[in-house]
Formats: sequence, structure tokens, C-alpha cells
Amino acid sequence: MTDLLVASIFQENLVLAYFLGICTFLAVSERVDTAVGLGIAIIAVQSITVPVNALILNGALVDGAWRWAGLPDVDLSHLRLIAFIGVIAAIVQILEMTLERFFPRLATALGSFLPLITVNCAILGGSLFMAERQYTLPEAAVYGFGIGLGWALAIIAFAAIRERLRYSDMPRGMHGLASAFLVTGLMSLGFAAFARVPL
Amino acid sequence: MTKALSQFTRQLVAQNPVTHQILGVCSALAVTTSLDTALMMSAALTAVICLSSAIISLLRHHIPQAIRLIVQITIIASLVIVIDELMRAFAFELSRALSVYVGLIVTNCLVLGRAEAFAMRNPVAPSILDALGNGIGYSLILIIVGSIRELLGHGTLLGITILPIVADGGWFQPLSFMQLAPAAFFIIGLMVWGIRSLDLSEAEIAEYDLQGERSQG
Repeated sequence: MTDLLVASIFQENLVLAYFLGICTFLAVSERVDTAVGLGIAIIAVQSITVPVNALILNGALVDGAWRWAGLPDVDLSHLRLIAFIGVIAAIVQILEMTLERFFPRLATALGSFLPLITVNCAILGGSLFMAERQYTLPEAAVYGFGIGLGWALAIIAFAAIRERLRYSDMPRGMHGLASAFLVTGLMSLGFAAFARVPL
Repeated sequence: MTKALSQFTRQLVAQNPVTHQILGVCSALAVTTSLDTALMMSAALTAVICLSSAIISLLRHHIPQAIRLIVQITIIASLVIVIDELMRAFAFELSRALSVYVGLIVTNCLVLGRAEAFAMRNPVAPSILDALGNGIGYSLILIIVGSIRELLGHGTLLGITILPIVADGGWFQPLSFMQLAPAAFFIIGLMVWGIRSLDLSEAEIAEYDLQGERSQG
């Protein structure tokens, strides 16, 4: 379990090793405080959606899941995409309403990020990786938390670097997107070094 | 018609979805370790974006504003499932290599972005042309990055040897770095820099112009 947690944070970092959620990663990393907000929202949504999707996948979609109902041949695994997207959209909505009811200050801080998360490929990608690697429920819970934490770590570090880069003297055309890609590449190189760490 | 065509060609380079609008970058980076996966992904995405734009444009007067995102995502997800199952049936090895990234076309901001920004407001024919332009613009980037990474990483293109590698008695030492994740970021970053330095009107102006301050002081 510890192996899985460390691997999902560093070696298999969703954004730097699997390129998931790059669009949001590049768009919402101008300032550290917004990056922290988005990071926390991602951790919360990943830790809930991955285990919930694992439950739904194993309980209703895999081959033979409906055996107890007298339908041993039913295999609904091709429906997992629609099921996962539905679950993610529903959970983000519920999370938003719960936060508004019980933690209004946190809700205003995270407010604009939560709808963005529904179409963030890191969230759907996390659930799809869970399905592909056939994690059990506890493994899925650990994995969901780990990838969320890894994503948050990456975007906070990246936003800190970009804040400094704003004052740098770059060639024309390099400012903004091009430099952001090169910096992400260097960070990805750094995280790639974790792949050599034996667990 | 000429206006539609010029709009179409603009999307290939100047308004390219990947390098200009930063849409759909995730999959553009992930599937480009070799040219065949890049081609397969391009075909899948172009098919999905054209079909989804056509369907959403046909239904645009019947989709209620309040739930339009859910309707759009459901249409796109159904199309992606069809494409995914087709690929599993006819190109199983490639679909294994693409792993979860075909499924991730659902959340590809490019597909949803074109549906929301163009297909919801325009008739069917322009919507398909717009989708095709974006699909081909996206494919162009994937094919260029995929070619560079496969050629320099393995000395091959589509599995055919172009540069004979040292291990087989040739002269080319393959750069295994090209197969790693950072290489994709560097190649796209350099491409964006290239496109933006050619077309300066598009470049983001630096917030603090050091050059100007220096000349004053």
C-alpha cells in the first residue's frame, strides 16, 4: 500500500508522467494561491471519485457482476466511460452543495474550480487507470488520494516557478505558453528521476 | 464558401488548436511515442469531433440551455465508446498501446470546446468543416511530434528503419530520452516558440519589458 501511495505521487505523477490535466495545469498556474485552491479541490475529488467508481465498476459493470440477479452473461464494462463521467459530475455537484452548506468560506475559495474539475482529464484518467489495473477498493482509495496529492504538488511547484519567471528576460515568442511547456518538461525530467528509486 | 475555406486553413497553422488555443494537449503529448499510435489517435479524434459536431449542430434547436453540457458530454461519450469498441475489434494491439487515452477523448477540451463554441450556434455543414479543420490541425501536431520522437528514439518511422541504429551495425545512436515524457514537453514547447516567433502579433507581450527599462537607465 505504501508502495502504491509513493508510486502514485511521484513515479506515476499524473501530470508529469502521464500528461493528464495539462490544460488546467497550464491555465490555472499563474499564481500560487489559486494553484493551492485547485490542488486541494483535486485531492478531494480524486479521493472520493476513484473509490466510488471502483465500487460501481466491481458491483455493476464487470463481467458476471449481475450473476446474483440470474444474469450471468451480462458484461457492461463498455459502459464504464459514461458511468464514470456521470459519477464524477454528480460527486462534484454534491461536493459543491455540501461545501456551500457547511463550509461557506471554503466554498467561495474553491467555487470557480469545482465545475472546471468535471471536465478535467486527470479525474477521468485516474478512474480509467484504476479500471485498467483492476485495483481493489482499498487500493483504489489509496491510489485516488495519491494521484490527487501528486497533481497538487506539481501545480503548486509549477505556479511558484511561473511567478518568478514573470520577471525574466526571454526571447520574443518565448513568453507564456512556450516557456510554460519547457518548464513543465524540466519538472517532468526531475520527477522521472524518482523512477529509479527502489520501493 | 471561400470564407469558410480560409477559416478552415487558418485552423491548421495560425489558429492551431494545440499550439495556439492550448486545447487537447494531454493526449497530444501522451500518444506520440511512435508514429502509428499518433496516427491512430488522430483518426479517432477527427472522427469523434466531426460526428459530434454534426450531431450537436443537428440538435442545436432542441437542446435546452440549462442541461446542454450534460447532453453534449453524453453524445461525445457514446461516440467515443463506439470508436473504442471498433478499435478493439479491428486494431487490438494499437488500442492496447493507446490504453486509457482513447477513453479520455471524452474530456478532451478540444471536442467539447468546438461543440460549445461553434456547433451549438451554426448549421451542420459549417460545423463539420470547422470540426474537420480542428481535427486536422490537431492531427498535424500529433504527426509531427510522433515522427520526431519515433525517428530519433528508435531510428524508424511506422516500424520501417530510416536511420540504421548502432546495435544493428548502422551508424545512428538512438536517443532513448525521446521516448520519455519530458521530451514531449520540450518538442511542443519549441514548436510553440517557433510558431509564435514567426507570427509576432500572436506572441504574449512580456508584462515587464526589461529591454525598455534598460535603455532608459
